[in-house]
Amino acid sequence: METAICIIAGLMIIGALYAIHAKDLLSAVIACGIVGYGLVICFLLLKAPDLAIVQIVVETITLIIMVAVVLDSSREEHFVKPDGKGYMSMAAAVVMTAVLLYFFILAVGMLDPFGSGSLRMASQYINGAVELTGSVNLVTGVVFDFRGYDTLGEATILVTAVLGVITILRLKGRK
Amino acid sequence: MTAYILCFILFLVGLYGVITRRNLVKIAISLSVMELSTFLLFALIGYADGGVAPIVDPSNPAKVYVDPMPQALVLTAIVIGLATTAMLMATIIRLYRKYGTFDIREIKNLKG
Amino acid sequence: MTMIVKKTTQLIAGLIFLYGIYVIIHGHLTPGGGFAGGVIIAGSFILLILAFGSDFLRLTREEAGSTLYENLAILIVVFLAVSGLLATGKIFFLNWIPKGTPGELVSAGILPLYNIFVGIEVAASVLTIFLALVIFKEELAE
Repeated sequence: METAICIIAGLMIIGALYAIHAKDLLSAVIACGIVGYGLVICFLLLKAPDLAIVQIVVETITLIIMVAVVLDSSREEHFVKPDGKGYMSMAAAVVMTAVLLYFFILAVGMLDPFGSGSLRMASQYINGAVELTGSVNLVTGVVFDFRGYDTLGEATILVTAVLGVITILRLKGRK
Repeated sequence: MTAYILCFILFLVGLYGVITRRNLVKIAISLSVMELSTFLLFALIGYADGGVAPIVDPSNPAKVYVDPMPQALVLTAIVIGLATTAMLMATIIRLYRKYGTFDIREIKNLKG
Repeated sequence: MTMIVKKTTQLIAGLIFLYGIYVIIHGHLTPGGGFAGGVIIAGSFILLILAFGSDFLRLTREEAGSTLYENLAILIVVFLAVSGLLATGKIFFLNWIPKGTPGELVSAGILPLYNIFVGIEVAASVLTIFLALVIFKEELAE
């Protein structure tokens, strides 16, 4: 199981690197799709069908929006030879990446090994959930009953984001 | 163990892109890659060996279930990710119409 | 787009819409729920808009409607949460409707209602974002 996930994660890393370094913006956007659809396969392998259903539709809509933005503009990325500031930011990025990787490897040592699945709240949520919520799908029970505040906040953020998009894009007022 | 480290390398690739790229669309793509790597980390933490998907059959319950809580957190985060990406794209469209370029150095030189 | 694309899209979009409703209504029994079903329903509308091209006046009317549905749905979700406060206990988000037998279609108390209204809210939000991106591009081109 872990081997399969490692292979797909490797493919996702290659896709992300290509998306960052591609010359044409359209191919960069489509290479970003590799990461999203690879994530769908990972969710299916990790026994999370709810997430796979949402992610496959959301990734498609994101790609449509991004392609629509890229197509009505100049697609070429102008290559400018990096000056002193560019080299400095690249060096800063590499140093920061190395430091973060070191601390993350320290942190993973304290985490439980892969596949133990031992968050302490989980047993409470799993054992009593069907009697308490009446819902057979445990994820729905957690989303709308145990953690209802999360869902309310999420819905509010969605409304705010829509208001933001309309406010940014509208030129004339409504008559 | 290897899966966690590969997941974090994906996050670092996104961070590298945000710091070094100069194109607004590339920066949006890098942010979206960072976001997706976080979702993968949550799903990895919740996995249990030999577990089944968290849907109970009342007459015949299974022994081990995959942890439903990280899945519930990620479920809401994915939809928020779509909304924030769309808002980022709307900002980028307005900047392109005003300045005619995606390059943040040129935008900085023009000064409104 | 050509005639073939338009006819095929007309046939398929209805099926996708029905599948979205199925995912929402069975959200407490099978994988899925309000979020997944809402995005699928929005996807069926987006497919129609992509195939038939943008007609400016029609899309403006649709945007007014979808904004209305979105705001009504979020208000109803807040009202359902407050109804737990008013009905029996002093608990926000209380599941106060009788729960029934787990595993049947009508069960789990108030959770299916939350699923339905969150589904409407998500569908209307995603559709509004897409319509805004299409409409205001046309507005600039005039």
